[in-house]
Amino acid sequence: MTTLQTPLRGRDRIARAVLYAVLVAGLLAVVGPFLWMLLSSLKPEPEIRQVPATWLPETFTLANYRELFDRLDFPRFFANSALVAILVTAGNLFFCSLLGYALAKLRFPGRRALFLLVLGTLMVPGMVTFVPQFVLVSNMGLVNTYAGLVLPFLAGPFGVFLMRQYLLSIPDDLIEAARVDGAGEFRIFWRVVLPLCRPALATLGILTFLSTWNNFLWPLVVATTEERYTLPVALALYSVGQGRIDFGLLLAGAVVVVLPALVVFLVLQRHFLRGIATTGLK
Amino acid sequence: MATAPVTTPGTGPAAPTGRSQTGRTATATTARGQRRRRALTGWAFAAPFTVLFGLFLAIPVVASLVMSLTDLRSTDLRTPLSVDFVGLANYVRLFSDDLFLRAALNTGVFVLVGVPLTMVLGLAAASALNSGLIRLRGLFRVGFYLPVVTSIVAIAVVWRLVLDPEAGLVNALLRLVGVDGPNWLGDSGLALPSITVMAAWRNFGFLMVVFLAGLQTIPADLYEAARLDGASRWDQFRYVTLPLLRPTLLFGAVVTGIGYLQLFEEPFVMTRGGPLSSTLSVSYHIYNQFGFGNYGYAAAASYVLFVSIVALSVLQFRLLRSRD
Repeated sequence: MTTLQTPLRGRDRIARAVLYAVLVAGLLAVVGPFLWMLLSSLKPEPEIRQVPATWLPETFTLANYRELFDRLDFPRFFANSALVAILVTAGNLFFCSLLGYALAKLRFPGRRALFLLVLGTLMVPGMVTFVPQFVLVSNMGLVNTYAGLVLPFLAGPFGVFLMRQYLLSIPDDLIEAARVDGAGEFRIFWRVVLPLCRPALATLGILTFLSTWNNFLWPLVVATTEERYTLPVALALYSVGQGRIDFGLLLAGAVVVVLPALVVFLVLQRHFLRGIATTGLK
Repeated sequence: MATAPVTTPGTGPAAPTGRSQTGRTATATTARGQRRRRALTGWAFAAPFTVLFGLFLAIPVVASLVMSLTDLRSTDLRTPLSVDFVGLANYVRLFSDDLFLRAALNTGVFVLVGVPLTMVLGLAAASALNSGLIRLRGLFRVGFYLPVVTSIVAIAVVWRLVLDPEAGLVNALLRLVGVDGPNWLGDSGLALPSITVMAAWRNFGFLMVVFLAGLQTIPADLYEAARLDGASRWDQFRYVTLPLLRPTLLFGAVVTGIGYLQLFEEPFVMTRGGPLSSTLSVSYHIYNQFGFGNYGYAAAASYVLFVSIVALSVLQFRLLRSRD
């Protein structure tokens, strides 16, 4: 990124002031609702619905959060979300790097065809495969099970593409040297290649974790009882209760859904945004 | 791609270590054995992914097409023999289904309004942050990206409150200037634009990051040269930035267009497709038909969606290419 070497001329100063004004307004428009969500979740119900709307809670209360645990089985939804996200992430890291390695570094018949097949499905929208996937999972007797929630997402084409591209940049000599030393192919993959793939694995891991944590349609359909609800499903289904909506409860729930993803993102954002940028350019 | 055939002595990967003598004496049979072992190793690595991918993704893509030609219903799952091939009947029915046509129209609006809006916001944010006049770029970048990594359900909860006719922030702001704000999500004329704006708000951060990366690949001396020629900031943007950013813009447009074509979660959690089906999308229609147990019919609708996605991508490629 270019930095400013020369002192600003008058015109630039005006341009800069305008840019700052626009950007700050934009930031408020984007972050404002989140802030309002957090603050409002700490208000009692009547104050949330108060007209005119307020920013800071006049009466500070954690009642909405307590209610999540008293009235709903929130720890369970949280655990379900975490379990599904972790399993899907681990699966993608393992299966995608296995195939990525094979495609980038091993020669075997059918390699090109397999790569093209994987690339081809990269474009297929989830809505197209959704009905047969459900029929399959249902025939396997996996509706409302963790396996049903996890299996269809364990191995995605995007991860293969990402891992293959990264693995191409790892020198063959390294692998060859390990082979000469008599290491088995899986040992080479596990001990030599994977540790070198940390940046790509991190990118894939964060992307997969966040998208699984926020996934909505599939768990909405496959989780049929409360025991298997993930956080977004629980939140969505409780937000259409009969009669008046309990905004306090929903806002507290929304904070609980957003926070883990936000923490993961904020801690790893450098890595994450770089990953998005590079995959976007390819 | 350079291949190193094992049968060619001296050029094999092991050559630099000086152990290629063994390769030189290798007979045809061991060479074949080696090739077979390589193939086995390759497939051993590829198999776990391929099985999962085939079962849960590749086969369903084809199964969806087959299903769309049948009258499969949820009640048939236990007695598959009762399912009949009905040819294109599901597709014919789709285009005489008022709800589907309404959903297609709504989805068209989502795409035609949503994509340009999201692109403009993303490009504006990226250009501002790339201008060199701004400090705290990281802060803005992360801030603008927040909604992208946030659960749509949580966003919907907040936005329903933000757009609430009485307690909402938007109408509170309007009241400050003496305007009585409408019921944004309850009005069948306003719900669709409201959700489109919300979707643009949610997604522009992704394009910003992609465009920022694209902007940084444009060499600084091109701007330098343009400045020496007396080009204004706008001229530089128009004649340097836009043309050089074209591939990135194309990527952004296609990805965003595909996203809006599949819009489901926003109308589901904000309005349940209402009021009066004014926010029903094609994906939502598929979901509903699936819920009613009409699997064959839902599969047909999903293939129409698939074909439109492919068509949109091809069209966008053509459009952007032909402007050269």
